[in-house]
Amino acid sequence: MKQTSLHDVHAALGAKLIDFGGWRMPVQYGPILEEVQCVRSAAGLFDLGHMGRVLISGPDAVRMLDRVCTNFVAKIPVGAIRYSLFCRADGNPIDDLLVYRQPDSVYLVVNAGNTVEDLAWLREQARGFDVQIDDQTERTGMLALQGQRAHAVLQTLVSDLDLSTIGYYKFGFGTVCGLANTRLSRTGYTGEDGFEIYVDNAHCERVWNAVLEAGRDAGVRPIGLGARDILRLEAGMPLYGHEIDATHNPIEAGLDFGVSFKEEKGDWIGRAALSAVKAAPRQRLVGITSDGPRVPRQGHKLFAGEREVGYVCSGAPSPTLSTNIASAYVALGNERAGTALEIDFKGKRQPCVVRELPFFSRTRK
Amino acid sequence: MRPNDRRYTQTHEWVKPDGETMLIGITDFAVRELSNGNEDDLVYCDLPEPGRTLNAGETFGEIESVKAVSDLNAPVAGEVIESNVNIEEHLEVLAKDPWNAGWMIRLRPERKSLDGLMSAEEYEKFVASGGH
Repeated sequence: MKQTSLHDVHAALGAKLIDFGGWRMPVQYGPILEEVQCVRSAAGLFDLGHMGRVLISGPDAVRMLDRVCTNFVAKIPVGAIRYSLFCRADGNPIDDLLVYRQPDSVYLVVNAGNTVEDLAWLREQARGFDVQIDDQTERTGMLALQGQRAHAVLQTLVSDLDLSTIGYYKFGFGTVCGLANTRLSRTGYTGEDGFEIYVDNAHCERVWNAVLEAGRDAGVRPIGLGARDILRLEAGMPLYGHEIDATHNPIEAGLDFGVSFKEEKGDWIGRAALSAVKAAPRQRLVGITSDGPRVPRQGHKLFAGEREVGYVCSGAPSPTLSTNIASAYVALGNERAGTALEIDFKGKRQPCVVRELPFFSRTRK
Repeated sequence: MRPNDRRYTQTHEWVKPDGETMLIGITDFAVRELSNGNEDDLVYCDLPEPGRTLNAGETFGEIESVKAVSDLNAPVAGEVIESNVNIEEHLEVLAKDPWNAGWMIRLRPERKSLDGLMSAEEYEKFVASGGH
């Protein structure tokens, strides 16, 4: 089991640690729902050291990535970030990721649980291209500060960069806690404004503590993966293994914004299969709310009367909406917001209603 | 030491003789595992209607936290004669007093014997070794 450089810090904070994607990670420091509310009302600090961080360089980096990524990498402006996926020829994803376009290289942030498979896939697809693939995951760390107060709190620790010059889904480099040339991106997985901060292992603990100290009066607290999962579900963001996986494609998941069919991009792995899905989708990812006592969970089935019409991908109690929420696939014809369905809990039915995704977003209005 | 007026299962239920009936609940360890020590993380408890007959080991309900759902299993066979409906509205009682106020169902047992279930001392050792 791998540990981030902050493992002992989490243990000292009293975190409950669980195995996640091959890493020992904090699932919560206190009540999960309070952690969700902390991020929504103030800001929260996350250890994301488990996520895969890979630098692709060399003269063919962009061309190679336009073969394996679903989005149009060559069209991303330098300094900007785009959501993308790696798909197999069948159009189903190996992973989803963020792509950071740099002047002479491309920086990728992938899911912890898929990093090994991603790297194997990239190395296989890189044959014949002049690229270098540098897995930086284990020597670097990654923190996220998310919430309305993230900007003001982080700015107090950044000496030579005005964070308001970094737009949403853009990145830059600044001096953070005296560490020059630190990567800062205005990204996150919570639906809040916020930043992700990339720091070498040796300095992670110092930056972590500095952010908590600087944010104490603003109410900044450490937040675990349990709250992160609810925050991303409220924000309508997919999680590999739930909304997308080896049998769930990005088109039906509503991730078209991360898939480019532009001729200029050239052919890419999964293009033909996903074009076919786009022309004739069978189901649609939707939001679900359910006021009953039971929380929808992955695998629960949805019914319209006696007809089974879908299934839940992720579910949670939402402190922000004060109801239970879920993401679910429904057969076409049931996707309209307001459609009344029922969730089956081992034979007991509970009413639910189809909603548009996201349930909540401060960044997408 | 946990109460020694009752017996325990490997799935962390307890059963306590109470006159002609038996009370069944879950242990402090079960509550802590499920809620990670935060009583507010418990969201739902589903208990059976009186009149239902249970086999030993049969699932009689479910308890759910923000992150997980666990089955509730009958330590002994019998007929449910009462459910503690108070729990559904006041899940915090399970964290505050799992041994008394947190009882879940009252059974009329098929047999009086609690053989094969763990004593408090045995359960203590079981939990100390990880509880799995």
